[in-house]
Formats: sequence, structure tokens, C-alpha cells
Amino acid sequence: MYTSADLKKGLKILIDGEPYIVTYFDFTKPGKGQALYRTKLRNMITGITLDRTFRPGDTFEPASLEERPMQYLYKEENLYHFMDNETYEQITMTEDALGDAKNYLTENLNVKILMFGEKAIGIELPNFVNLRVVKTDQWVKGDTSGSDSKPATVETGYVLRVPPFVEEGELITIDTRTGEYSTRVKG
Amino acid sequence: MPRNWALVRRKALLERRAALIHAVRQFFIDRGYLEVETPHRIPAPAPEIHIDALPSGEWYLHPSPELCMKRLLAAGYEKIFQICRCWRGGERGRLHLPEFTLLEWYRSGCDYFGLMTECEEMIRTVAEALNRGPCLRFQGRDIDLSGPWERITVREAFHRYTTRTAEEALALDVFDEEMVQEIEPNLGLGNPTFLYDYPCQRGSLARLKADDPETAERFELYMGGIEIANAFSELNDPAEQRKRFEEEETLRRTLGKASYPAPERFLSELETLPPSAGIALGVDRLAMVFFDVATIDEVVAFTPEEL
Repeated sequence: MYTSADLKKGLKILIDGEPYIVTYFDFTKPGKGQALYRTKLRNMITGITLDRTFRPGDTFEPASLEERPMQYLYKEENLYHFMDNETYEQITMTEDALGDAKNYLTENLNVKILMFGEKAIGIELPNFVNLRVVKTDQWVKGDTSGSDSKPATVETGYVLRVPPFVEEGELITIDTRTGEYSTRVKG
Repeated sequence: MPRNWALVRRKALLERRAALIHAVRQFFIDRGYLEVETPHRIPAPAPEIHIDALPSGEWYLHPSPELCMKRLLAAGYEKIFQICRCWRGGERGRLHLPEFTLLEWYRSGCDYFGLMTECEEMIRTVAEALNRGPCLRFQGRDIDLSGPWERITVREAFHRYTTRTAEEALALDVFDEEMVQEIEPNLGLGNPTFLYDYPCQRGSLARLKADDPETAERFELYMGGIEIANAFSELNDPAEQRKRFEEEETLRRTLGKASYPAPERFLSELETLPPSAGIALGVDRLAMVFFDVATIDEVVAFTPEEL
């Protein structure tokens, strides 16, 4: 059983028997008023998003979903193909169902696919992934413009802010929970 | 270990935050305010149903310096300010940290309207000192600091932005939900907004209007949909204050929350509190608006998660 205090982005809960994932979360408190937990919840089966506000003390059942270890294979049109590491069975997921996860998928990446019955409805990524920078402006030494970061595009097409010293072709580690640059991978 | 990149990145904003705090302090010194430092650890915080003080040994970390500052006011200190750390349990979100920086100032011979004016002047002066303004760019909008700032009563705001009156919302127990979902996002978008005249049930430590005891002389300042400050004409009737504290204490107990000892010294000295007004302003949030960042995490050196 979860309470409002457990709510955070990525938490999966059951509402009316259906699994929902928290896609937005904020703790709010109107001046001198009570704490309110504002969320956006995506129905993991239908993809429909709804706004819900919870109070302290509200409780939820966790959505218990079967996790299957799989490997990402390739993308074809709008479909992402995965293979079950044990049964070699292949499944597909749409871009919508993947959400931000599509930014971090490279061939052979090991992930966990969340199953609701026979339907793949979610994905769990490693906390950190290494991705190669394919495009970023060169850092001009002695640049005193005060800019402390610059945009970089990685091999999946994802664009993020990186430190000025990161160069094209380098491998960087990204935190998949925040989508932010973490460190450079040497070598 | 390579350098902590998150901290490296934050340096520019922390420099600007320090300049902001310096400018705020200068404003009050120039106006003849006395800067005070009251203890962070106190034996008896003001009982408020929705504010949880964190225990520190047998005492508590203050959720605000309010009670000590009012005791100074009651002893004849006429204009005082303080910039200090405060703690509130369980508060963490885009606009909340359990440990945060509050600016409070108090002035005798002044009411909440007087403080609205001074608050405007303070923020304008600080913007000038930082070479900002008259427009602050915040999350894709311009907040125009040149006057006059919008002033709207709580009852008008309910009428304008919701389908209920404030009294209906209180009776249905959805006052806070209406505030957060329907009203607050609309406040302080063009220029800053003072939301004022709260129903007496939301009066907290505010004086009730002499000609309308259903209304408390309280206001909040909003910028870019964010609550920046809360102010009152101070309640200086010890009997009424004691009654409100006892009601809050009872509510706290019904909710199973920790009960606090009554702040007896504060209550007895309240008798000599002159007519006055006081305001608490979230320094971190002011920095968010000045420097156009979306979360409070970006304007502090460390969040609790980073310790």
C-alpha cells in the first residue's frame, strides 16, 4: 500500500483495477493550507492521461506488473522491437508507450519490459546509459561568455545540455531518471 | 572522481542569489530597519494545523521566526527584519524544500496595505540594484514590476476563476484544491498580484477587519503563479490569539499530529504589541522568479537529495 507521501514520477498504482503510471508529480501547498499532491497519471493500457490531486493520507494499491528481462533490437517505423532474453520471443512497443525511454535505447540494451497480461505496457531502463555524442559545437578555448553548458545531440537523436569540454564522438553517461548529463566515459 | 558537474553549473546562479540577498539587506538597512537574529531552536512553535515543526532535541527548529520577532516588536522595536533558515517537515516539491530561506519584516504603526506598498518598493529596488526590470522574464512571460500591481480579494478571485464562492469552497472543504488548481496559476502573470482579505477561517495570526469580522487582514503576493509572500495586520489580542492556537492544537491532535506546548511568553507579551504588520517572503522563490528557473532546486547549493 502506498500513501500520498510515496507519490513520485514513475510510480505505478492501481486505480479502478487499471495500472497507471505517474508522469508528473508536484507537492503543492497553498499559503497556510494543506499539502496537496498534484499528479498526471497515464493509464498504462489505454495511454490516456488524467489530472488527479491527492491529499495527505490518501492510499493506493501498487500496480503489480510482471517484469520480463529483454533486449532492445531495432526500430521500424513507429514500432520498437524487443526480444525476451529467456524465451527469444519478440514483442513490439509504440513510441507513445515508451515515453522518454525512447531517448536512451541503443541496440542490445538490456531493459525490463512490464507486462499487463500479455500486453507490454511499460519499460524500466538502467539508471545510467552510455550514449555517443554525434553533434555538438566546438568549445572555443578562452571563451568568457559565461556560458557553462551547450546543447549536444546523442546517437538516439536526444538533445541535452553538456559541459563545454564535451566533444563530438565522445561517449557520455546520462542519468535516465532525469535525462541529464552525468559524466564523460574515458577511452 | 571528476568534478561534480551539477555544482559547477550552479555557481553562476548562486552568485546571483548572493547579490539578490545583498540587495534585499541593503534595502532594509537604508530604510532604517534593524537586522535581528532570533534563535533557530525554539521550545514552542506557533500551532498551525498544516505546518509541521521538526523536533531538535527537546525543542523544535523554527518553522518561521514569527513569534520571537513579534516579541521584539511588542518590546518597542519598531522596524525589524531577518533573513534566516527555516524548517518545515514533509515539504518537498518544485517550490518546496524542508529547509529554506525566509525573509521576514515587521513594522509598527503599519497595516497590511502599508506592507503591500513596501513590498512593491522592495522588489522594484532589488530589481534595479541587479540591473533587472522593469520586466522580469519568467518561464516565457514578462512580469512587469512597474506599478500599479494587481490587487484582488480572495472572494473576487473565487468569483473570477472558479464556479464557487469562497464560502461554498470552505463549506465543501475544497478551498485549497480550488486555490492550487484554479486560482494560483492565474495570479501574478502580467504584473505581480496581491491576493488579499482572506475568509476569517484562513486568518491564521491575522487581525480581523474592524467593520467585517468575517474577513482577516491578510495578503499573499504572487509572481508568475507562484506564492512569494504572506502578510498580516498582526493580531494583538492575547485572548483571541490563545483561542485560535487552542483550536489549531485541537485540529492537530485530531489528525494525529504532534502537539506543541503553548508559546506562553509570546501570548503574554502580545498585550503590548502595538498595531503593526508583518510579512514572510520566500527568498528562494524570489530568486527563482528573478533568475527564471522552474524549480527551487536550482537556486540552492544543495538539495536534501544531494547530501
